[in-house]
Amino acid sequence: MLYLLKSFQRGADGVYVAGCLEGNCHYLTGNLRARKRVEYIKKILDAIGIGGERLEMYNMSAAQGPRFVEIANEMTERIKKLGPNPIKLAAPTKSKEGAQKEKEECSV
Amino acid sequence: MIVGKGKSIKDILAMIENHSKIIVAGCRGCVTVCAAGGEKETGILSAALSLAREKDGKPIEIKEVTLERQCDSEYLESIRSFVDEYEAVVSIACGAGVQFMAEKFRKIPLYPGIDTNFIGVTEAQGVWTERCQACGDCKLHITGGICPISRCAKSLFNGPCGGSSKGKCEVNPEIDCGWQLIYDRLKELGKLDQLEIIIPINDWSTSRDGGPRKIIREDLTL
Repeated sequence: MLYLLKSFQRGADGVYVAGCLEGNCHYLTGNLRARKRVEYIKKILDAIGIGGERLEMYNMSAAQGPRFVEIANEMTERIKKLGPNPIKLAAPTKSKEGAQKEKEECSV
Repeated sequence: MIVGKGKSIKDILAMIENHSKIIVAGCRGCVTVCAAGGEKETGILSAALSLAREKDGKPIEIKEVTLERQCDSEYLESIRSFVDEYEAVVSIACGAGVQFMAEKFRKIPLYPGIDTNFIGVTEAQGVWTERCQACGDCKLHITGGICPISRCAKSLFNGPCGGSSKGKCEVNPEIDCGWQLIYDRLKELGKLDQLEIIIPINDWSTSRDGGPRKIIREDLTL
């Protein structure tokens, strides 16, 4: 889930998650869980005004090349209509590197 | 464990509106287990706050920390060396953790990032339910291991009210009647005779009615 948000933080205009076909997941229900988590992040993106429609979950198999192209085109069209990631339109008061957050483990 | 749930991002954004450099502090205790305030949630909240502020043209610097526990001094001390470099802390520990941090770091505003809800259990993955209201006078030995205070909407001590119907509570048909659960459990145990024990009017002074509570173990104090 964090990677999805980090993608938008780093300027992605749209992100889609490609899972295996439902019922065909190597981890049995991993793709179903992934969909729920994508839905959760979509809600966060809506809440903060980035827009949940910039994120989508698709299911396809590794043998579905043409379907992958279809989805890629579909997402590209959707994002083109939505325009750039809103953070790119905001006043550029800080570099992307500066926005990277330091992470620290705290223990005694 | 203590179970909590994240506040809405909008509420947290409103709290930190006037700050540009904050700490988001998670806790590896109970709130990690209930997926409200652990390291993962610290990362997600920080990323969401950062994105929202960047979109509004008011970038914010966020330091992420996840303490072993926020209800123990020694772990809070681990951020003392740098806490003054920040304008505020959003703590996603339980209410006890937020308050203890506020007591220890008196010059920095503390904001709660989660709502603390109850003492409960993980009933299934992603599902937490209440079991205990910390009344300070446990009666589970009489009631078959099921708490009439937390499981009965009216906290009745001597049997169900008239709102018990087909094993469910009138408050919400999805809630089991606490006294039905107690009856069923005592029946399973072959101890239905325990229902004849009259639990006297409760002394709530051991619960919230006696003010903030304190436990001192003389054998452990330094």
